[in-house]
Amino acid sequence: METLLGILLAIFALALAAPGIYRIAGRATGWLLALAPLWACFYFLPFSGSVAAGEVFAIQYSWVPALGVGLGFYLDGWSLLFALLISGVGVCVLVYSGYYMEGHPLLGRFFLLVLLFMGSMLGMVLADNLFVFYVFWELTSVSSYFLIGFDSKREAARAAALQALLITGAGGLALLAGLVLLGQIVDGEEISKILDGGEAIRVHGLYAPILCLVLLGAFTKSAQVPFHFWLPNAMEAPTPVSAYLHSATMVKAGVYLLGRLSPVLSGTDAWFYAVTAAGALTMTWAAWLTLREDDLKRILAYSTISALGMLVMLFGIGTEEAIKGAVLFLLAHALYKGALFLVAGAVDHETGTRNVKQLGGLARAMPVTASAAAVAALSMAAIVPLFGFVAKEAVYEAVYHAGSAALPLTVFAVFSSMIFVNVAAVTGIYPFFGKSSGHTPKHPHEVPAGMWLGPLFLALLSLLGGLFAHPVGEWLLGAAFTAIARQKSEMDLALWHGWTFLLALSAFTSAGGVLLFVSRNRFAALGAKLRLTARWAPENWYTLILQALNLTASWQTRFLQNGYLRYYLLTVIVATLLAVGFPLARSSFAVAPQWIDFRFYEAALAVLILLASAMAAFTSSRLGAVTALGVVGYSIALLFILFGAPDLAMTQFLIETLMVILFVLVFYFLPRFTILTSARERWRDGAVALLAGTLMAAITLVATNVTFYPPISQYFAEQSVPAAHGRNIVNVILVDFRALDTLGEITVLGVAGIGVFALLKLKTANGRKS
Amino acid sequence: MNSLILQTATRLLFTLLLLFSVFILLRGHNEPGGGFIAGLVTSGAFVLHAIAYNVAAARRALRFEPRQLIGAGLLLALAAGLSPMLSGVPFLTGEWTTLNWFDSGPMKVGTPVLFDIGVYLVVIGVTLTIIFSLAEE
Repeated sequence: METLLGILLAIFALALAAPGIYRIAGRATGWLLALAPLWACFYFLPFSGSVAAGEVFAIQYSWVPALGVGLGFYLDGWSLLFALLISGVGVCVLVYSGYYMEGHPLLGRFFLLVLLFMGSMLGMVLADNLFVFYVFWELTSVSSYFLIGFDSKREAARAAALQALLITGAGGLALLAGLVLLGQIVDGEEISKILDGGEAIRVHGLYAPILCLVLLGAFTKSAQVPFHFWLPNAMEAPTPVSAYLHSATMVKAGVYLLGRLSPVLSGTDAWFYAVTAAGALTMTWAAWLTLREDDLKRILAYSTISALGMLVMLFGIGTEEAIKGAVLFLLAHALYKGALFLVAGAVDHETGTRNVKQLGGLARAMPVTASAAAVAALSMAAIVPLFGFVAKEAVYEAVYHAGSAALPLTVFAVFSSMIFVNVAAVTGIYPFFGKSSGHTPKHPHEVPAGMWLGPLFLALLSLLGGLFAHPVGEWLLGAAFTAIARQKSEMDLALWHGWTFLLALSAFTSAGGVLLFVSRNRFAALGAKLRLTARWAPENWYTLILQALNLTASWQTRFLQNGYLRYYLLTVIVATLLAVGFPLARSSFAVAPQWIDFRFYEAALAVLILLASAMAAFTSSRLGAVTALGVVGYSIALLFILFGAPDLAMTQFLIETLMVILFVLVFYFLPRFTILTSARERWRDGAVALLAGTLMAAITLVATNVTFYPPISQYFAEQSVPAAHGRNIVNVILVDFRALDTLGEITVLGVAGIGVFALLKLKTANGRKS
Repeated sequence: MNSLILQTATRLLFTLLLLFSVFILLRGHNEPGGGFIAGLVTSGAFVLHAIAYNVAAARRALRFEPRQLIGAGLLLALAAGLSPMLSGVPFLTGEWTTLNWFDSGPMKVGTPVLFDIGVYLVVIGVTLTIIFSLAEE
């Protein structure tokens, strides 16, 4: 298990080094970098035996012990399945990208981002601690943002990236809240620990909010209706990214989360209805939406959403059969959809178009790609003997036995599967074996080996998975099932189940799908007619909310950042008065008036301060006001000396002196002294000023009268010489006891200095200083 | 401004103020003083120089761009905080050692002194950045 951390760190280190490696290795970079996931793949594979036997592996590193956050990793069947997917598809994608993006000036950065994603996703599925999980979860969102917007010169790519980030990010925040609540109930942040506390969580009063928040996180990440629209837009990303993040791995993170937490959260009515309904709705609607698309990638994206909906629905049903179906379909879908996306990229690369209306007859020019596409498409269409067929049989089995909801769910599943047949035909079969349209922007040739190896490998796995369903089920999927269902069960997969009703249903699906494909243009026309609903599409809500947010932001910026120093001061002071004054007035701190002895010169200083303040407020000469303020400052410094604080006094004297110099310097630039405010405004300002002064006095009195804890000054005084080797406590506090505060303060000071510099040197567009 | 009296006085005062600021800086750990105050005194010296002669002359006397002093000071303070971590103790722990270089007796030096010098440089940098920029307007 120690190697695990090594693999993760190696991937992140390689990510940082990727641009440098690209500069040296050039075309070979993709192959070189693919060694990392290959290593991970071969590292994870041997675990399948012991994991299938029900073992789990865990390892803990202390990370932030003060917060109780440990860097823990946890490997069971469910995380193993994902780890293998991430590293396996990762190898294909890295090799593929090297050719697909060949010659792109920022290819090094591209590799950096893909590896960053790979490391984050691996970390996420292996994390044991809730917050480590969450950090990796968000890292996948962030790397997805950069990858969608990779072609950052295009407006559409940037907007799509932002949309994906905002939606998954908002869901991520909800998820964080849910995880915090979850951690509080169980009193521990380890996922392995939470999995043991299922019963206690389901009956807890916070179960409903936790469920809502976690589901929000999962549904946004896995593009469930009504949050689904970011995924088709994310097709702005380069195609290898769509294959890797937006079909095979990242969008399945929400499904991973559902599976991970289903032992804890599932089994209630709320779970069943919320999750099943969201999944079934997404599955059906997204499947329908594929019909009106022409773009290869967008068709695949909608069918991915539909598949994600199917997975979510299966987790909602939550029976043993449903979980088996989900695990199976997850793997089958990742294999065929990854392959189809990579094929779509190859087609785009060779023909210069992704419009299915223009594509056809490419099999002659691209025979290897065509065979990969055909196998993957047949798996998607769930044709014997491919893996997709085994998976769909299991899905049908699950929905058919889904209790009271069996009938509608079966109808929805059959409907979506028919559309899958159509999608498979449109994206994987027709472009290669259909009628050639003859005019594509580019004349197609077979892609280089690096670009057909990946899809061919994935397609081959789809075939082998079907032919050798039994060992796959036993070693890999059985383990994943055990991890989710928390019970051991045989996963007895086979291609052939005999002449059953479900087989008839499969045959009916295939026939219906073919029919759908033949008459697809009619359905597309129907879909176009039904676009009346588009006005109320969720994406428009997103746009509206975003516009409202921007409007509010610009309104409040104009309101608060009005450019007048006096209003800034007023805002700050009034806000302080409200935020501090109210709690203070309502609190029960009483300050008993007590008269202390004072010497006459102390009183004289106090009177001097008062008089000078009044003069500063009422004088109509600016120089007079500056002088009066100087008198106030120097008198306060004198008070410091009288009460034994020479450090403060020295600082105050120096600051006052420099203040006067500053005033003199800016004096020349100030406008003539005029009274701009009305009498009422001056009364208001006076009242605010008096209140603020009173508040500060009250705080000081209360603070010196109330002690919650024994004062720390005693400790400082005792420890100053023995522990910190200094007799000047003030300075020892500044540079030793409280050095972190000081470090923060001088940083702020530095930033402020640079800010002033920038403001002074700021020139307006026409070269004048403003 | 071109006042012979001020210029002559400045020549004397400038050196004295700088010496005094170093004195305040170093004694700060035991007597009133420290990096903040010393930084203000040094800034005062350069402002005096700028008033007596001109800002360009003061900048030449400083030799460094004030903004660079901000960065240098922050880095120094950060280094003073990081260096104890090399020996495995937490960030910003004070590490002390005794030097016997001079006949006057043992001298204690430690990372807090370095930290204080960092504060000193930041204060000079910020104050002079602001005042020089304003004066050049």
